[in-house]
Amino acid sequence: MTTLDVPVRNIVGDIDKPRGGALAALARHSVALARRSLIKTIRTPEALIDVTLQPVIFLLLFTYLLGGAISGGDRHGYLQFLLPGMLAQSLAMGGIALGQNLNADIEKGVFDRFRSLPVARSAPLVGAVAADVVRYLTVCVVMLGFGMVMGFRVETGFLPAVAAVALSIGFGLCFCWISVWVGMLVRTSGAVQGVMFLLVFPLSFGSNVFVQTSTLPGWLQAFVHVNPITPLVGTIRGLLVGGPVAGHLLWTVVWMAALLVIFVPLALRAYARRA
Amino acid sequence: MTDLVVRAEGLRKRFKTTQALDGVDLSMRRGTVLGVLGPNGAGKTTAVRVLATLLRPDAGHAEVAGIDVLKEPQRVRRRIGLTGQYASVDEDLTGTQNLVLIGQLLDLTTKDARKRAAELLEWFDLADAAGRPAKTYSGGMRRRLDLAASLVGHPEVIFLDEPTTGLDPAKREDMWGVVRTQVTQGASVLLTTQYLEEADALADEIVVINKGRVIAHDTPDGLKRRVGGLTLRVRPADPARVPDTLAVLDRVAAPGTNASADATAGARPGAVLVPVTGDTALDEALPALRRAGIEVVDLGLQLPSLDEVFHALTGDHTDDTPAKEAELV
Repeated sequence: MTTLDVPVRNIVGDIDKPRGGALAALARHSVALARRSLIKTIRTPEALIDVTLQPVIFLLLFTYLLGGAISGGDRHGYLQFLLPGMLAQSLAMGGIALGQNLNADIEKGVFDRFRSLPVARSAPLVGAVAADVVRYLTVCVVMLGFGMVMGFRVETGFLPAVAAVALSIGFGLCFCWISVWVGMLVRTSGAVQGVMFLLVFPLSFGSNVFVQTSTLPGWLQAFVHVNPITPLVGTIRGLLVGGPVAGHLLWTVVWMAALLVIFVPLALRAYARRA
Repeated sequence: MTDLVVRAEGLRKRFKTTQALDGVDLSMRRGTVLGVLGPNGAGKTTAVRVLATLLRPDAGHAEVAGIDVLKEPQRVRRRIGLTGQYASVDEDLTGTQNLVLIGQLLDLTTKDARKRAAELLEWFDLADAAGRPAKTYSGGMRRRLDLAASLVGHPEVIFLDEPTTGLDPAKREDMWGVVRTQVTQGASVLLTTQYLEEADALADEIVVINKGRVIAHDTPDGLKRRVGGLTLRVRPADPARVPDTLAVLDRVAAPGTNASADATAGARPGAVLVPVTGDTALDEALPALRRAGIEVVDLGLQLPSLDEVFHALTGDHTDDTPAKEAELV
């Protein structure tokens, strides 16, 4: 080991004040931590399977294997109906990996280092969530791109399609806080997946993703109507293939706000307790 | 007592059924190394986590760099560096990326963070591996990167939780060099270790923790004295005079003990050991040997090893280091 003379202190100014104030510091730290997550994603592209290959397989499965039976033979019509719904389902599932990764980071002790640094308590979580934008954008691009190869057509226009993608990413960012919370609560990353599947499966299948709500028994319709995935699917469907948007959009935004209000504090508190 | 850079009083922490800390007091003077020794599960790591603001104690008070750990953790965090028990570097990030991230989180500008990262990587002999993901590093390299990460912010107080566990002896001594350098540059280091020789080599003072309580706090030599038992070691020039030497030294032996031939495995035969009560034994032994006409080529007074001290204090003789007779001399 060389003996370079490293001065012990050379920080000037008030070392007790974060540079540029608390909010600027939170933003800066979150960006730095988001970049860390992105580097990890780029280094392990196989971690993107759940937002690339997996939704494609689901799309193929439901369109070609089950689509004919569900729709009475009109596969193209069913694809137009299915794809916006499957986009919503993939977003909900796409958030699961985040909770798993955070859980693994905590187990490895990486977060101990972050917690011993003068950053806002929420920065590591906010940064990780922000980096997930890339995964949700990937889902949208892959689903729409592959869907178009299969014959899906946007029937509205470019701007509504962009709005659908933007809303999808926004919803993904709100929904994934559930996964973050579960990631802070359970002991292993495998358990995060287990718990989240228990939650995401009823939400994504007990919805209007695969079939018209009117075909369901009354009690199931009641569940579908209070399911946060339902208005999201309605909005995306309206924005991509036409139909009413405003009412669905309103409920989607309400749900997004509710998810943030409930699960961000829960996740932060669970994170603080996890020592 | 403004010169105390770590001051903790009555720290208590309970995890379900285990009382990890049961009223721990700690103090460390500025610019020194405090070694925290104790068997596994003694509470060493818990104490470090409390001082490094990672864990809130159930009771007690702690100040680091003169700042209350519980009331102003963010101010404490700007002054400390922490290296945990296992290397907590990010495996997917390169050496440079790991250190730059820490720098950014410490509010350095990106430019300064890069400069500091390059400086530390150079210093820790990691410059060649700076652009490689940490998962390609050897265990020793990861440890070094981990230690480098705790030094990014020029900390006043450095907490090292078993920093050399799992390192080979040469790498361990490199690490000791790093610790000493930091101290000569004004930092204070609190390190936990399971290697007694490490505490002996580095620490100005040693705290022994057992079952969540501090059972000793002293200098390494002070601790050794406390267990008592100085040993006088004499080697006559003529091995044939060992029996005479034994007879002479029996007269200066501590009450209830006798001189004996040094039967230590691996030691060159022909030396005599005798437990004595104090260093005045030397004044008696030398003239007595001279009167008996025994020529001596080697003579010395030895403190007990820290191993012995540790086992005597903790009452733990079933540890992985058996009470080696070799250490008695």
